[in-house]
Amino acid sequence: MSSAVTYNDKVVRQFAIMTVVWGIVGMAVGVLIAAQLVWPALNFDLPWLTYSRLRPLHTNAVIFAFGGCALFATSYYVVQRTCQVRLALDHLASFTFWGWQLVIVSAAITLPLGITTSKEYAELEWPIDILITLVWVSYALVFFTTIIKRKTPHIYVANWFYGAFILTVAVLHLVNSAAIPISLTKSYSVYPGAIDAMVQWWYGHNAVGFFLTAGFLGMMYYFIPKQAGRPVYSYRLSVVHFWALISTYMWAGPHHLHYTALPDWTQTLGMVFSLILLAPSWGGMINGIMTLSGAWHKLRDDPILRFLIVSLSFYGMSTFEGPMMSIKTVNSLSHYTDWTIGHVHSGALGWVALVSIGAIYVLIPKLFNKTSMYSIKLINTHFWVSTIGIILYITSMWVAGIMQGLMWRAVNDDGTLTYSFVEALERMYPYYTVRFLGGLLFLSGMFIMAYNVWKTVSSSEQTQATNTDVTVKASERSES
Amino acid sequence: MDINDFRSAFTVIMLVLFVGIWIWAWQPQRKKDFDQAANLPFEHEDKPASSQSKES
Repeated sequence: MSSAVTYNDKVVRQFAIMTVVWGIVGMAVGVLIAAQLVWPALNFDLPWLTYSRLRPLHTNAVIFAFGGCALFATSYYVVQRTCQVRLALDHLASFTFWGWQLVIVSAAITLPLGITTSKEYAELEWPIDILITLVWVSYALVFFTTIIKRKTPHIYVANWFYGAFILTVAVLHLVNSAAIPISLTKSYSVYPGAIDAMVQWWYGHNAVGFFLTAGFLGMMYYFIPKQAGRPVYSYRLSVVHFWALISTYMWAGPHHLHYTALPDWTQTLGMVFSLILLAPSWGGMINGIMTLSGAWHKLRDDPILRFLIVSLSFYGMSTFEGPMMSIKTVNSLSHYTDWTIGHVHSGALGWVALVSIGAIYVLIPKLFNKTSMYSIKLINTHFWVSTIGIILYITSMWVAGIMQGLMWRAVNDDGTLTYSFVEALERMYPYYTVRFLGGLLFLSGMFIMAYNVWKTVSSSEQTQATNTDVTVKASERSES
Repeated sequence: MDINDFRSAFTVIMLVLFVGIWIWAWQPQRKKDFDQAANLPFEHEDKPASSQSKES
């Protein structure tokens, strides 16, 4: 049987292509709602185009559709290569692809219709939640069965991170989505009041910690050594990094609920654990960046490696900013302002999107038997367009957020508020415009990527070249 | 024994566990295994290992 001696790359190809497609869709919705904040008429007075309904569509599309497909694609690719065995359970793997696409399409239909649980990042109603559970259990079965079948004595560190991501997301989803349905399209959470808020942000922050961090760290631990052509800087540091990161993230959620009805000690606990998180986060970042130690010139020659390494720089920035913002006194200024939005996008665009884009650029030629991407020059263009986009986005949101925080808390001598809410809002026009431009640039980069991927996949050139050849040729081409 | 004793004990256990993981990872005899593991991304890129070999 020939399938026993080949890798299952079909499902990887499917997820890799859909990563690009959903990236464009999700970011286009983001650009639209950013434009609505500057020109409110852009909702055309249609209920299903209002900001309130499209914003959850944007977050779901970029996190679970774009980020999710990138995680599925890379985890399936990496677990096969590092376990040296074909992906287990072909049919179930195929089901995870079609099932996940069905989840995404259901989200794209129900959210604009206003069908929502109103829990942030968990807006999808209970029938879709059940489908997510089925897909996720299948994902876990495929992934862990492959690990069990492995031909290597050791489980490579990337698989530890992917595995933690898969297990934890399963637990988070099951606990936070517990609800009592009252009809096909409406359910109510089983948790009351402040407990519901705590469960929601235990879920919400671990969605950041495990979906948007651990999974992508798995990506980092495979694709950076691979593209740099040298093993990770310190393997033993990666072991400590793993255990420290996963045991600390679990407790950081309450920092989303500072100065609320949540008990004070819980808020303080969340803040302390968020501060501790700086250590494992930076440990991992340094481990990734130092992998290039002694080969820094590759950063100049290879724009794909630049995507991967710059993503780690943004990771370092946002994992410094996050703990700082979780300090209660800082949070009293930053909370509910656009500073939070800036922080999230420095992580989401700078870290998650850049590392995914880099990994997809590594994967596409390998998956479609090409020597390299169609154009290395366009990868370079994509890199600069998206980096400038991110910088415009996050700097405008810093200024906007700090200004909002200061205006909201300003009081006159007699104790009345100095500014009405709408006065602070009015000052936001220039910053919201710059943010829109930054988002537009980032989206343009995705179109450049889509064109490049299209030309690579459809070119007639075929090759059986090994990876080292690809890397060398890619860097040669970029130099010429 | 009241619940706060349990909480204190748990904190100490977690600290010992953390230091323990650190010591385990830095043992000199781990180095060979770790070097082997760190090179896994560079092996068997195109085809799985044959069913006989258990070593990488």
